Amino acid sequence: MNMIKKLTVSALVALGLSTSGALAAGGGDQHIEDFDFSFEGPFGAYDVNQLQRGLQIYTEVCSACHGLKFVPIRTLGDAGGPMMPEEQVIEYAKQFEVFDAELDDFREATPTDHFPASNLEDAPDLSLMAKKRAGFHGPYGLGINQFFKGIGGAEYLASLLTGYTGEEKEEAGVTFYENTAFPGGWIAMAPPLYGDDVEFVDGHDTDLHHLSADVSAFLMWTAEPKMMARKQAGFAGVIFLTLLAVLLYLTNKRLWAPVKHRNED
Amino acid sequence: MSGIPHDHYEPKTKGEKWLDSRLPIVGLMYNTLMIPTPKNLNWMWIWGIVLTFCLVLQIATGVVLAMHYTPHVDNAFASVEHIMRNVNGGHMLRYMHANGASLFFVAVYAHIFRGLYYGSYKAPREVTWIIGMLIYLLMMATGFMGYVLPWGQMSFWGATVITGLFGAIPFVGEALQTFLLGGPAVDNATLNRFFSLHYLLPFVIAALVAVHIWAFHTTGNNNPTGVEVRRGSKEEAAKDTLPFWPYFVIKDLFALAVILAVFFAVVGFMPNYLGHPDNYIEANALATPAHIVPEWYFLPFYAILRAFTSEVWVVQIASFVTGGIIDAKFFGVLAMFGAIAVMAAVPWLDTSNVRSGRYRPMFKWWFALLVVDFFALMWLGAMPAEEPYASFSLIASAYWFAYFLVILPLLGVIEKPLPQPATIEEDFDSHYGPNADAGKTAVKPAE
Repeated sequence: MNMIKKLTVSALVALGLSTSGALAAGGGDQHIEDFDFSFEGPFGAYDVNQLQRGLQIYTEVCSACHGLKFVPIRTLGDAGGPMMPEEQVIEYAKQFEVFDAELDDFREATPTDHFPASNLEDAPDLSLMAKKRAGFHGPYGLGINQFFKGIGGAEYLASLLTGYTGEEKEEAGVTFYENTAFPGGWIAMAPPLYGDDVEFVDGHDTDLHHLSADVSAFLMWTAEPKMMARKQAGFAGVIFLTLLAVLLYLTNKRLWAPVKHRNED
Repeated sequence: MSGIPHDHYEPKTKGEKWLDSRLPIVGLMYNTLMIPTPKNLNWMWIWGIVLTFCLVLQIATGVVLAMHYTPHVDNAFASVEHIMRNVNGGHMLRYMHANGASLFFVAVYAHIFRGLYYGSYKAPREVTWIIGMLIYLLMMATGFMGYVLPWGQMSFWGATVITGLFGAIPFVGEALQTFLLGGPAVDNATLNRFFSLHYLLPFVIAALVAVHIWAFHTTGNNNPTGVEVRRGSKEEAAKDTLPFWPYFVIKDLFALAVILAVFFAVVGFMPNYLGHPDNYIEANALATPAHIVPEWYFLPFYAILRAFTSEVWVVQIASFVTGGIIDAKFFGVLAMFGAIAVMAAVPWLDTSNVRSGRYRPMFKWWFALLVVDFFALMWLGAMPAEEPYASFSLIASAYWFAYFLVILPLLGVIEKPLPQPATIEEDFDSHYGPNADAGKTAVKPAE
C-alpha cells in the first residue's frame, strides 16, 4: 500500500500544481452559457456538418468585417476539419481576392492561400479567437472548473453571439451594445446574428442559438485544426504508456521480490 | 567515483584492456550505472530520472521547433501558428514542449521539497544542493525566455515586467535593463537574444546536471532515514545498498511511465490548460492585458515580489535607513531573489544534527506548513494585487523567510529528535523482514 499511497500523494501534488496554472484566468461578472459541443472531452470530435454550417455563416456574415489570416484555405479539405471535397475547396477559394507580390496585383485566391485578413481595422482576426478567450474561470477565479468543462473558448463565443440584450449607448461617437458575455458588459460590435441570417441547404435550424453554436464550433476548428489528431495521439500515448507501466510494475515487483524476502506471487 | 566501496570494472579481453588504458569510458559508465544505492529509497527518489527525461525531451522537441521558428517580431507569432498548422506533427511537438516545461517544474519542485524534508542538503551534500539550486535558477531563466518566444501578449508583457525588475536596482538598474533588452524596451533585439539564450542555457543545464550527479555519486545518495551507508568494507556496504542497475533503473522507469501517461493525457486532451489564453493574442505594445500573470511555476516567487509594497513597515524602515535607495520596488526584487537565496543557504541554516525529517517530530509540522505556504503563495501570485490577497501574500512571504531564517536554526536547538535506526539495513528489514527464512513470520504484506 505504501507505494500506492506515495504515488497518490505525488499525483495530487502534480494536480494541485497544475490547477493553479489556470488561476491566471482572472474573473468577471460575465455570463457564459455552457453550450454542449460535440468536440468536448477526451472522446469528443468535431461534427463535420456543423463545421460546414459554421463555415457558411462565417463566409456570409462574419467575413464582411473579420479575417482568418492564419488559416490556409486548403485545410478546409483536411481530415478532422470540415472535410470539403477538393473541387469545392478550389471553388470556394475563388471568391476571395489576394494580393500577389510576384504579380504585383490582386488575383483570385487558390487553396494554398490563406483566408484574407480582417477588412476593418477594429475587427480582430478570428483565426485564434476560440483560444484567446477563456469561458470558465471558477470557482473563485481558480480556474479549476476548466479541468472538467474545458477552457470554454467556444462557449464564450457562442455566449457572446447570443448575449446581446438590445440595449445601446453612445460614447464619444461610438455606439456600444450591451452584452452579458463580454467583459465590462458593453461591446462595440453590433449584433452580427439575429437568427435566419443564412439558409442551409439541408434545412438545419437557423435560430440564433443554433447559428451561434455552429459558427463557434467552426471558429474552434480554425483555432485548433489538429484537435482530432492530437486526441488520437493522446490516446495512443496514454494506452501504450499504461501498458508499459504495467509491464515495468511487474518487472520491478519480480526484481525486488528476493530483496524484500517475498515469494513471487 | 563513489565513496562507497563496491566492485569496479575490470577490463578482461585484450580489446577492453586496449581501450581502458587509453580512455576508461567503459569503467566510467560501469561505475556510474552500478553505483551502490541505499536500498530503502522511497518513491520520492524517482524525480531525478523524471528531470533528466524532461531535459532530454525539452532539448529534443526544442531543436525541431527551432527549425521552424522565426525569432523576429514580425514573424514569430505567425511561425508558431505555422508549426501548429503546417509542420508534420508540429502541434504535438509544440504542446509537448510547452507542457514539458510544466512537467519539468512539477518534478523539480517535488525534487526540491524531497531534499528539504529528508535533509538531503546537509553535510556532506552541500555542493550537490548548491549545484541543484543553480540548475533551478537556470531552469527559471530558460522557462521565462521560452515563454517570450511565441510573442503573444503574455510573452511581451511578462518580459516587460520581469526585465523591469532589473530596472529597480539602484544606480545601475536602468543601464542594466537596457543592456538585457538590447534597447529601451522589449523589441526585436530582445526576442532575438532570448531565442539565442533559450537555445544555449539547456546545454549549460545539461553540463551542471552532470556535475550534480558527479557530486552525489561522490557522497552517495541520501535516503529516507538520513543514516549513512556503512563504508567499512564492501560486504558491509552491500548490506545497505543495491546497485543502481537494475534495481533502481527499473523502479524509476516504472514511475516515469506512470507520470508520462498522465503527461500524455494533458498534452492530448487539455494542452492549453496551463497556458494563458492571452498568449494566443499577438504581442501589442499599445494594449496592456488586464492581468499580467507569469507562468504557474513562477507564481510563488511572483507573490513574494508583490507582497512588499510601500505600506509595509519593513519596507518603510529599509527605505528610511538607506535614504530611499531601497524603495518598495527594489525591496520586492530583493525579497524575491532572497527567497531563493535562503533556500540555497539552507545547509548552513539548519542546525539540527538529524538529517531526515522522519525523526524530527517538530520539524515535520513546520515543513508541512512550508508546503502549504508554497501552494498558498502560488495561488496568491495569480490573484490581483488588492486586499485581502496583499495581506495574505505578506503573511505567506513572511513564513517562507521565517522557516529558513528563524525556525530551522532554532529547531536544531530545541527539538528532541526521535531515535534513528542504526543502519539502513535495519530500517529496510523493519519493513520487509530480516531475512528470507524468517520471511514467513516477520514479513508484513509489503505492498
